[in-house]
Amino acid sequence: MAKHSWAMSRRHLLGLIGAAAGSTVMYQAAASLGFAPGSTYTGPIDLTGDPGGASVVILGAGLAGLVAALELRRAGYKVQVLEYRDRAGGRSWTLRGGDVFTELGGATQKVGFDEDLYLNPGPWRIPSHHRGVLDYCTRLGVSLEVFTQVNHNAYLHGRNAFGGKPQRFREVNSDYRGAVAELLAKTTQQGKLDEAVSKEDQEKLLESLRHWGALDEDFKYVQGHEASERRGFQTAPGGGLHGKPTTSKPVALSDLLRSGLWRLLGNGDLYDLQQPMFQPVGGMDMLPRALARAVGDLVRYNAKVTSIQQDSHEVKVVYENAQGSGTPATVSADWCLCTIPLSILSQIDKNVGTEMNRAIDAIPYASSVKVGLQFKRRFWEQDDGIYGGVSYTDLPLQHIGYPSTGYGSSGKGILLGAYIWGPHAYEFTGLTPEERVERALEFGAQIHPQYHKEFENGVAVAWHRVPWSLGCAGMWTEEARKEHYEHLCQIDGRILLAGEHVSYLPAWQEGAILSSLDAISRLHRRVMTR
Amino acid sequence: MNFPAPEPEPTKSVFLRHRIFFASAVAVLLVASIVGAVWHSRGARPKGTSETLPEFRRPFAQVDGEGLFRAACQGCHMSEGQGAVGAGAYPALARNERLASSRYAVSLVLHGQRAMPPFEGLMSDAQVAAVVNYVRVHFGNGYRDEVLPQQVAAAR
Repeated sequence: MAKHSWAMSRRHLLGLIGAAAGSTVMYQAAASLGFAPGSTYTGPIDLTGDPGGASVVILGAGLAGLVAALELRRAGYKVQVLEYRDRAGGRSWTLRGGDVFTELGGATQKVGFDEDLYLNPGPWRIPSHHRGVLDYCTRLGVSLEVFTQVNHNAYLHGRNAFGGKPQRFREVNSDYRGAVAELLAKTTQQGKLDEAVSKEDQEKLLESLRHWGALDEDFKYVQGHEASERRGFQTAPGGGLHGKPTTSKPVALSDLLRSGLWRLLGNGDLYDLQQPMFQPVGGMDMLPRALARAVGDLVRYNAKVTSIQQDSHEVKVVYENAQGSGTPATVSADWCLCTIPLSILSQIDKNVGTEMNRAIDAIPYASSVKVGLQFKRRFWEQDDGIYGGVSYTDLPLQHIGYPSTGYGSSGKGILLGAYIWGPHAYEFTGLTPEERVERALEFGAQIHPQYHKEFENGVAVAWHRVPWSLGCAGMWTEEARKEHYEHLCQIDGRILLAGEHVSYLPAWQEGAILSSLDAISRLHRRVMTR
Repeated sequence: MNFPAPEPEPTKSVFLRHRIFFASAVAVLLVASIVGAVWHSRGARPKGTSETLPEFRRPFAQVDGEGLFRAACQGCHMSEGQGAVGAGAYPALARNERLASSRYAVSLVLHGQRAMPPFEGLMSDAQVAAVVNYVRVHFGNGYRDEVLPQQVAAAR
């Protein structure tokens, strides 16, 4: 309890600093108090003061729109939300058995997954430093479980690496480290680092290399106990009479270098992908579903926005039924928070300033494809010993993701059978859903031959064909940031934007939430000073 | 070629029928080296994710107009170039009078427009010319003046 009250008083202090000095100073203060390492999230937003009956229309019921609706209503605003789909969540989306999804072009898939099995076609993992997403999960009672990103027993696979035979991450990682450590130790011992490292430090360096690379007494990375403790044993330690392990033989450095698999070793070291990561129990849409339970009464579903016009008194938003029936309707409000993806907003009739308009038009949307495959049994666990994590390959499917839930279950399971970016994503998008599943199976069987026998059904989502986003996420470049980002963040008369595209965390849910909180904070300040 | 080489490999198009085409590996490798050079001079990469596998930056392997249309265009503009409508829309390429201007078509493929991504880093001059020439004489379009790779180079 003492800890809790300290946290509250810290938040209070941060609120005061923020009100007096703006968010940059507040963030620095938060970081120095040890509260916000690596995140600009500073705890629940504080919108104190009476907005005097001000109204806000929010466009889009994804995470950015839902969070804004929750917080603005709590702060006393009159809020209404327009959403194109018949449900909340936007790209924070989970497909389960019985769901029906019709993509652009008309292809319809009825998901055939068994009960309790699912695919997250969009976001699927939450870094532990995405404090905004995690805090909303906590506040709304959304249970979390660990998402396994790094699995040393998962595969690295290259068509031309080691004869196309998948390699365990553990072996490639250990052998690469061992070989590099041995080389550096040798260089040190030959005196070639004398100019760069003092004699005293060289001894420490050698010892650290032995420790880091699993080198033996002679600073060599060779077949033996040390190396096998990292890369695994030829015969694993067992019990009883024949339990004595035998050591395994490292792969030579030149073979490793030529395999190119070293390119894939660093993914789990990326700040965004370091363990532990999390996922909501039961599917990523548990968070938007919880938010929708809190603010669903404010949302008008099946509403396709066609026009956003502002004048000195109000904002008028025209929408029509998303199924194309009925006559257009209009809602008016003092302010408009628009979270519609730029891929769609750029096509909507609106009167915002030239610079914001140019910014809205400047961001292309990425192609990305995911395929979910249901199998009769969890052979990746039972046969391959892979519990969660990701295998990487240079086949067009690029990733195979193993489920981070239901470990050890004797029943069926779902693999993320393909997660594709770049040109192969465009190619897969051009296929029918059935063809995408077929290709994912055909390629994936090169890594898991069990596919042929165990496959039951699949579903494929190509984000350029998703009717409510027309792409996966905004693709920012350094140049676009410089030229357009600040214009995208402005309050343009009575209109302001939020969503992952208005953040430095593109394609991440945290970006949507942080941009939303930032937008409504600035809006509230504007309303309170009028 | 070692995995995961930055140059494109002439195999594994997801379109099975194009594999037959790619049996002609010599021609493809020639093109591949050109495409690779173009790509490296650009250095663009998708920024939607933290994981950047070499595959994300690999150029399109197809070289013929139809193959490139199927691989790069039909995902959004659909198999008959008819476009699609959801919360937003993809314009039809079929019977599209704007395609009368080859410069417009080349510029669109190279630089994109609004949400449409640029393909300048994913296609060579010859590939851009091939796909533009294909679209301008198919799907009810009848613009027979051909674009040359040199014209694409000048438009980059």
